[in-house]
Amino acid sequence: MSDLENKLYTVKYTPDTKSHLQPVQECCRICNSKICTIICPACVYEWDENARKLIVNYENCLECGACRIACESCSLGWEYPKGTKGVTFKQG
Amino acid sequence: MNEERKTQVIVVGAGPAGIACAITIARAGKEVVLIERGKFSGSKNVFGGAIYAQPTREIFPDFEESAPLERRTVEHKFALLGEDDGTVISYRKNDTVSYSVIRGKFDRWMAEQAQKEGVILVEETVVRDLILENGFVKGVRTEIEDYYADIVVLADGVNSLLAKQVGLRADLKTKDVALSVKEVIKLPEEIINERFHVNSDEGCIYEIFGGSMSGMLGLGFMYTNKNSISIGLGVALNELVEKSLKPYDLLDKLKQHPEISPLIKGGELLEYSAHLIPEGGYKKIPALVGNGVMVCGDAAMFVNNMHWEGTNLAMISGKFAGETAVIALGKGDFSEQSLVRYQDMLENSFIIKDLRTYKDLMGSIAERKEHFLGYYPKKINSFFEMFTSVDSIPKRQKYHKFIKSIFTDRKISDLFKDAFTIIKLLWSILVK
Repeated sequence: MSDLENKLYTVKYTPDTKSHLQPVQECCRICNSKICTIICPACVYEWDENARKLIVNYENCLECGACRIACESCSLGWEYPKGTKGVTFKQG
Repeated sequence: MNEERKTQVIVVGAGPAGIACAITIARAGKEVVLIERGKFSGSKNVFGGAIYAQPTREIFPDFEESAPLERRTVEHKFALLGEDDGTVISYRKNDTVSYSVIRGKFDRWMAEQAQKEGVILVEETVVRDLILENGFVKGVRTEIEDYYADIVVLADGVNSLLAKQVGLRADLKTKDVALSVKEVIKLPEEIINERFHVNSDEGCIYEIFGGSMSGMLGLGFMYTNKNSISIGLGVALNELVEKSLKPYDLLDKLKQHPEISPLIKGGELLEYSAHLIPEGGYKKIPALVGNGVMVCGDAAMFVNNMHWEGTNLAMISGKFAGETAVIALGKGDFSEQSLVRYQDMLENSFIIKDLRTYKDLMGSIAERKEHFLGYYPKKINSFFEMFTSVDSIPKRQKYHKFIKSIFTDRKISDLFKDAFTIIKLLWSILVK
């Protein structure tokens, strides 16, 4: 397990069946920096070069909001998960 | 409109700001509904962190008797880290200014007190939209239903999508926030006491400059809890973007620094977390009131980043919004002209006064960050390296070499620029 996986393993999640993060793939394809794949503290975003698609591991989202602000084309659809879903911090 | 779905005040977000607001309204005998998106209050919240005794007493006069507090801060340490060395300045006093807390416990306790005093707490509910009618905020739209109120208070945190939705706030830029990552590391109480030179129930706060964040607009922190250490850092999001850095890599590197690693050695990671910190300061304060609506806490960018204050600004701003709501309910006037009293209270308080005092701070430091947050911390360390070295070289020779280096390390113009920035900053903080 990578260091980050070890970290995320400690976080309690109640994942939804549908992603609360909705990238606009046409924007992602022409995005130069793909900055979300770097700055996300949970590495939620991965660029799949073969499929030319942004993969969103939304189940790992810590709901910080950094990706929404950093998104180069300001196109990322970002909302809070449903009230019963998402991350639950016990030690925040 | 279904009259059953109408209350006097809806507060969105059950953190320190929202709870302080709601409890103030309930204590005045008014009806207030507090809506929290998490499973419980504090479950979506992350901070350093410590809460401050005096402002907390303003909301909960006897909180020290029953609130879940970790340790009372008796020591502040300011660590200036180089690559592999560090200079630490400590201030210790057996005083009661702040307590370390775990938000999942402390916010939950606050919310329970609010419920006891009549606040209706609705958890696990996300407010998706504000209901607008004739230019007035008239209520909230959750996933399940519409809920109406005379006044809606937004205490929905740093991302405040709701304040943005009704045009009170512009969208945030990467330089307006810091991305913070934190780890809570479990260690036995006795070991924490020994490593941090404190007794049980006494705690220590580290503010960390440089190290893995050298030359960047960022700050590390460490707080002692009863049986754990909270360690983390916050770095301006634009820095991470421009330098393509992963925040947890910076934290991992910080944890390995020789000044830090012995303090957390052998600990077990209890939880990793991340959160944004509002850093925009005075210049980024949104419109604080509108017709039927007020904004408080992080949603209003109320963080004093120079002094690591946030929860106190949240609580007091929430209290002001609550008091204003009570008066507005008495008058039956929920217009912006009526609610502007909230803004007046803020302007006359430490909240906006302090943010105004530091209005130029972040901009000035950001402009010279490689120097103030890179060069000087390293230089201070190199002074002590010189001062403590024993190598049969005459001391005067070493002093001369060190002084010469101040003028030759960088362009002379940088020295003037730094001096000018400091004078300008001091002027803006102390006088203007």
